[in-house]
Amino acid sequence: MKEEIKTLTISIYTENNIGLLNRISAIFQRRTINIESLTTSQSEIENVNRFVIVVNITESQAKKIVGQIEKQIEVIRAYYHTDEETIYTESCMFKIKSKLLFEEPQIQNLIKDSNTRIVTVNKEFFVLEKSGRRNEIESLRRDLNAFGIMQFVRSGRIAVTKDEMKVTEMLAAFNNK
Amino acid sequence: MNTETVNKTKEVAEQTERITGAEAIIKCLMAEGVDILYGYPGGAIMPVYDELYKFRDQIHHVLTRHEQGAAHAAQGYARISGKVGVAMATSGPGATNLITGIADAQIDSTPLVCVTGQVPSALLGSDAFQETDIVGISTPVTKWNHQVTKASQIPEVLAKAFYIAKSGRPGPVLIDITKDAQFEEFDFKYEKCKGVRSYKAIPDTDPKSVTAAAELINNAKKPMIVWGQGIILGEAEAELKAVVEKAGIPAAWTILGASALPTSHPLNIGMVGMHGNYAPNKLTNECDVLIAIGMRFDDRVTGNLATYAKQAKVIHFDIDPAEINKNVHADIAVLGNSKESLALLLAELNENIHEAWHQEFKDLYAIEYDKVIKNDISPTKEGLTMGEVLKQINIESKGNAAIVSDVGQHQMIACRYSEFNITKSNITSGGLGTMGFALPAAIGAKMAAPGREVVAIIGDGGYQMNIQELGTIFQQKAAVKIVVLNNEFLGMVRQWQQLFFDKRYASTEMTNPNFVAIAEGYYIKARKVVKREELADAVKEMMESKESYFLEVCVEKEGNVFPMIPSGASVSDVRLS
Repeated sequence: MKEEIKTLTISIYTENNIGLLNRISAIFQRRTINIESLTTSQSEIENVNRFVIVVNITESQAKKIVGQIEKQIEVIRAYYHTDEETIYTESCMFKIKSKLLFEEPQIQNLIKDSNTRIVTVNKEFFVLEKSGRRNEIESLRRDLNAFGIMQFVRSGRIAVTKDEMKVTEMLAAFNNK
Repeated sequence: MNTETVNKTKEVAEQTERITGAEAIIKCLMAEGVDILYGYPGGAIMPVYDELYKFRDQIHHVLTRHEQGAAHAAQGYARISGKVGVAMATSGPGATNLITGIADAQIDSTPLVCVTGQVPSALLGSDAFQETDIVGISTPVTKWNHQVTKASQIPEVLAKAFYIAKSGRPGPVLIDITKDAQFEEFDFKYEKCKGVRSYKAIPDTDPKSVTAAAELINNAKKPMIVWGQGIILGEAEAELKAVVEKAGIPAAWTILGASALPTSHPLNIGMVGMHGNYAPNKLTNECDVLIAIGMRFDDRVTGNLATYAKQAKVIHFDIDPAEINKNVHADIAVLGNSKESLALLLAELNENIHEAWHQEFKDLYAIEYDKVIKNDISPTKEGLTMGEVLKQINIESKGNAAIVSDVGQHQMIACRYSEFNITKSNITSGGLGTMGFALPAAIGAKMAAPGREVVAIIGDGGYQMNIQELGTIFQQKAAVKIVVLNNEFLGMVRQWQQLFFDKRYASTEMTNPNFVAIAEGYYIKARKVVKREELADAVKEMMESKESYFLEVCVEKEGNVFPMIPSGASVSDVRLS
C-alpha cells in the first residue's frame, strides 16, 4: 500500500545559533526532499527561534525526519502537522507602475475586493501587500499580471498550531535536570 | 580593608588567570583528562602547538603522518578506552583530511573532539591561504560543531564539546578556532559542562515499557537477542550477561557489538548480518520475540526489510529515540541507557531455559561448521586461508587480544573467527566501512591500553591507504602487531565481481610492493609467510615480540567469505557457498 504524500508543516524550536539552518536543511537534502518553503523567526520564548518548513512527504517520512531534527543538539523540539491542524498564511508584495493605478480603474477594484493593502505610492510605482492562502495570492497575481507587474515576491508559510506546543515546559524541565 | 574583601580578591585571583587562547585550549584538554592527542601541525594551529611544546611533560601529542591517521588513531583510542579521543589539525587541507575519520566516528557513535585551526577571523570568507569552511563541511558528519573567534569562548565551547561527544549516544564534535582567538589573552577559568538546555542526553526510561518487554519475553517460546555497540558504549556487559543467563535467551551480536559477551559464552550464538553466522541469520526469521539492544538495524544486518523478522514481535532498546521505527517497526520501544534499562528488565524476567530453541541454533551451527568454518580454519587444501591465520592468533592470544580490523574480506573473517574474552576488543570500521582505518586505529588503541595486546588485521588494499602510519608506529615505539592478509586483490569487491558481475575483475587486482622491505624501512621487525608450515611459528614469534611486528601472510588469491546474504536478499536466504 502506497502511503499518501501530504503537504506537512514542520515546526522547529531551536537555539539561535549560526550554522543550525545548514544542519537542519542538510537533513532534508540527504533524503532528497525538496523544501517548499522555510521561514525562521523569533518564537514566543525569548531567545528561542522557530522554523516553519513546508514539505510534501508522507507522514511516516515526517516522523523520521522530525526524529532526526530533534536529535540535533541545538534543536529543542520539532513537530509536524497537517494543514487541518494549523492556522497558516503567506504574505506577498507587488510592485506596479503608478500610472496603471489611474489608467486602469479595475486595479482599484481588485485591491478593494481582495483586501490588499497599499504600502506606498510614489510617482513611479506603488507597492501592494497581501496576506492569505496560496490560492488567494495566486489569483491576485494572475489578475494583476494582466496589467503588468514590475516585481512580485511571496514569503514562505507561517503557521501556528491549533493544539498547544509545550515547549516552555520542556525547556523548564531541561533546565531543572 | 576588611578580611572578607581580601579573601574575595584572593579567591578571584585563584579562579582566573590571564593566558592566551592557545594555552587555554591545552588547559581545557588537560582539565578533561586528555593525556594523549593525535595531530599534525600547520600555520593556523601553530600557537596551540607552541603551547603543546610548553606542556609536553603533561600531555602527549602524537605526530601522525597524515591527518586521516590522526582521526582514526583518536578513534582507536576512544574505542578501546571508552574515553573521548582527541585529534588536532590545521586549517584547510589539515581539517578536510580529518573528515573521513569524523564521518566514521559519526556513524559508529565514537566520542571524538577534533580541534582545527582556522585563518584569523578578519580573513574569514576572503579565500585566504588554507581557508576552508570546515564547519560547513563537517556539519552533516558531526554530532555538533562550532567555530570560535574569540579566546573568551574557548573554555565554554570546549567543555560543551567534551560533554556532547561523550554523553548520550556518543559522536564526533569539531571545534574550529581562528588563529587570532588562539593569540588573544583573556581571563581563563574552566568549568566542566553539566548540561545543554536544548539537548537531553539520555531519554527517560518508561517503567511501563520495561514491564511490557518483560511480559513479552517471559511468554516467548523462541526469544532471540541481537545486541549492538550500545552495550559497550553503555558499559552494560554485566547486565546483558545477566539477562541472557536468567531468561536463557540465545544472543547474537552485530559487528560493533562483538566482544561485549565472551565468544565462549554458551548462549553467544554469533554474528548477524551479511557475513554473519548461519544460525542467527536464519533464525531471525523463526524467532517469536526479537530483542534488539543498542543496535540500529543497519541494512547489512537486516538484508531486505520486507522479509526481516516479520513473524516476530520486536522489542527495541535504544538511547536514541530517532532509531526507534527508523528501519524496523518496534512493538515495544524501551528508551534509555542500556545499563539502566537492562537492570530494570532483569528484575522482571522469569528464569527460563529454552533448550529446544537453543538446540536449533546448535544444529545450524553444525551445518555451518561442516560447510564453511572447518574449511576456513582447518583447511586441508593447498593455499593459506585467512581463517587459519585468525585461528593461530587466537591460540597465541588466548582470546585476550584487541583485534583491530580494516575493511573487506579479512575484516569479516577477523570478526567471525576472533575469540574475545574482554569487552571493547573488536575495533573496526563498521558503518562507514573505511579502508585505511586499522593501522592508525591500532596505534591509538595500543597507546590507550599499553598493557593489552593489539593486533591489526589488514588487507593488502586497505594497508596501502594509510601505510605511512608505520612512521608513527616507529617514532612512538607503539608495539602494534600488524598482520597483512595479502591476496593481491581487493578481495571483497573481487568476490562480488565473481558472484554478481560474471567474474569481470575490473580494477581489483593489485600488483603489490615488497611489504617486508617497507616495514623494515621503518625499522619494524617483519616476516612473510607463504606456506602453512611456517604460519604457527611466525604468529608465535609475532605475538611474543615486545616491539611492533609486521607479518605478511600470502593467502589464497580467490578465497571467498561465506556465509553471505546477497545484497537485498532476505536474512533467511543466507548462502553457505
